[in-house]
Amino acid sequence: MNTKKFDYAPAPESRAILDLKPSYGLFIDGQFVDTLDGRAFKTVSPATEEVLAEITEAGQADVDRAVAAARKAYDKVWSKLPARERGKYLFRFARILQERARELAVLESLDNGKPIRESRDVDIPLVAAWFFHYAGWADKLDHAGFGPNPKPLGVAGQVIPWNFPLLMLAWKIAPALACGNTVVLKPAETTPLTALLFAEICQQADLPPGVVNIVTGAGDTGRALVEHPGIDKVAFTGSTDVGKMIARSTAGSHKKVTLELGGKAANIVFDDAPVDQAVEGIVNGIFFNQGHVCCAGSRLLVQESAYDEVLSSLKRRLGTLRLGDPLDKNTDIGAINSAEQLARIRELSDVGEAEGAERWSPPCDLPVKGFWFPPTVFTGVSQAHRIAREEIFGPVLSVLTFRTPAEAVEKANNTPYGLSAGVWTDKGSRILWMADQLRAGVVWANTFNRFDPASPFGGYKESGYGREGGRHGLEAYLDV
Amino acid sequence: MSERLSSGGAGNRISVRKTPKLFIGGKFPRSESGRSYEVADSKGHFVANAAMGSRKDARDAVVAARKAFPGWSAATAYNRGQVLYRVAELLEGRRSQFVDEVAAGEGVSRSKATAAVDAAIDRWVWYAGWSDKVSQVAGSANQVAGPYFDFSVPEPTGVVAVIAPQESSLLGLVSVLAPAIVTGNTVVVLASEARPLPAVTLSEVLATSDVPGGVVNVLTGRTDEVAPWLASHMDVNAIDLAGAGDAAATELQVAAADNLKRVLRPQRTDWTATPDLHRMLAHLETKTVWHPIGV
Repeated sequence: MNTKKFDYAPAPESRAILDLKPSYGLFIDGQFVDTLDGRAFKTVSPATEEVLAEITEAGQADVDRAVAAARKAYDKVWSKLPARERGKYLFRFARILQERARELAVLESLDNGKPIRESRDVDIPLVAAWFFHYAGWADKLDHAGFGPNPKPLGVAGQVIPWNFPLLMLAWKIAPALACGNTVVLKPAETTPLTALLFAEICQQADLPPGVVNIVTGAGDTGRALVEHPGIDKVAFTGSTDVGKMIARSTAGSHKKVTLELGGKAANIVFDDAPVDQAVEGIVNGIFFNQGHVCCAGSRLLVQESAYDEVLSSLKRRLGTLRLGDPLDKNTDIGAINSAEQLARIRELSDVGEAEGAERWSPPCDLPVKGFWFPPTVFTGVSQAHRIAREEIFGPVLSVLTFRTPAEAVEKANNTPYGLSAGVWTDKGSRILWMADQLRAGVVWANTFNRFDPASPFGGYKESGYGREGGRHGLEAYLDV
Repeated sequence: MSERLSSGGAGNRISVRKTPKLFIGGKFPRSESGRSYEVADSKGHFVANAAMGSRKDARDAVVAARKAFPGWSAATAYNRGQVLYRVAELLEGRRSQFVDEVAAGEGVSRSKATAAVDAAIDRWVWYAGWSDKVSQVAGSANQVAGPYFDFSVPEPTGVVAVIAPQESSLLGLVSVLAPAIVTGNTVVVLASEARPLPAVTLSEVLATSDVPGGVVNVLTGRTDEVAPWLASHMDVNAIDLAGAGDAAATELQVAAADNLKRVLRPQRTDWTATPDLHRMLAHLETKTVWHPIGV
């Protein structure tokens, strides 16, 4: 279990590539502007608590101005532009994002705390892929199965989370623009920097002013945007509680709403699964991005006959994970995104222990400064435990067992959520049987946390409604 | 049925009236509340005492619908298609009874009522045919960058509550019911408050066709009283507000947010027109499966 780690020399990615400004305004109508009625706040690196920049918290008047700019751009420019030309802007985005990929990856890891290995190899490549995919849809909407000449909705208000800042921006902005809408987007308050860099990319791409507007801020700014009478569409990714508030506040309005919310996914390992591969999948399922993943495989269901082997293998593997500087290329586990999130993870983990589950973490030195939490595994977890029911949104795995496939299905589905699930088995027919039985929007077999712009993603039940990705993702932004 | 409608020149024979009941889990209970309410025809003449469904009746109906869901959603599409077609067959056989009830309740001419009943029968046939086609229209094989067969299939949302249209008591009802059940959902439908009798008679048709008990549950009663219980019920997955007024619909939509039900807002709808797919698609989830490819 105490496999000695090889010592590596630090291999940090250089920050020299960044051109961070001391402070940022709001991006409205193609320009960075000062706030009318908001105030400033600071964004920090969660790995060091170093202040990175001063950011603007947009007030109501700022949101009004952004919505007005988006409306004007929609009426005067974007809705009149031939679809083919719209698509060209999106292709242009995809290319610029690829050209500036290194810069974006460094900035994302700095502001979010995720390992550079992930931002460089997963987040940013997917961002470019998302724009490239939807760029091609812009002039093919007639053939998307929504009838001839489907119309855009108008102005989309989009609120995104801090776990995949630029990737969530891409999931929102790419289909919205491809379908002919203009947008006002609010990034999360702890991770605004890559969205602001994207604003610069909008300028570099010569995107007509007002087509994309970025208003930074926290919950109040988000509420002002979502409840704004001037928008026609609300797209939200975040917690189920906030999703319910949005569903209530938009009831009776003309706004089309799509919600991508929380999850408590089961990752189900059968005894015929190749153990090493399954263990990699378990690690990727819950420790990818420090577990800050709505579709994280936070409940491991292991078939009893494989339990000992899987658990000892998993613990051995966790002993080799490197936790530390997100910018270091050898880092596997980065920082928790904020002090607030760290407190939540600590609280629920303490509850897990108090309720009688057994807590285990590999030996792991946590840096003194910044927000850190070690990879943690709870065994002896029952379905009634809070750590088996509530979304922790951190590197905390709850392990349960099952004997038969039917029991696995019952336990997996025993949650108000329904975003994702994983199945590990060597048997193709069992994969398809399980996939059929699981009440979840995405089922990964012998893999986990894999995304693709062509693959529709979204939840059942309290994990929200609407799909993002592929043809299905267009519906959220069309008046159909 | 009133004597005026069913006397049919049989001299002094007193007709045998029917007690309209609820339809829950394949059975015909009275309301557990023991209440009923007067149903009149379009001219205000008494026709029947319909069961006045309660919160408990609504909950019982949801339990029955939930219980029926695994079986109905797992039935083959071919089977579900045939069951819906069977409903059309039996409706055809009771065509004149429905014409009487629609004409009396909606106050339309016999020819208009006949057209509505014919359209309702044809609508069952139309939706029956969709059962094994919807996944070909709504699903996809997704070309992902990796060694996976990645596909998306539509699946039924679960238990769907339906507030049936108030005016179009049969055609409107069928037009909201059939698209929900054809894909494998189970339904609790609250009938038109003032014109519940076609829904009651339809439940007799459903009971004697091959629709398994609990797949469709029919409540009659006060919309304002029962609809909120369905909208806030935590084991209902979606709600179609077709028959709710605009103001009430917003309140119901707020209540539906408690468990993030999928909500279909009331829209101005011409029930006689051939439907599009949105009602069927509204009660479907999309499931994406990543299946590995390898030797």
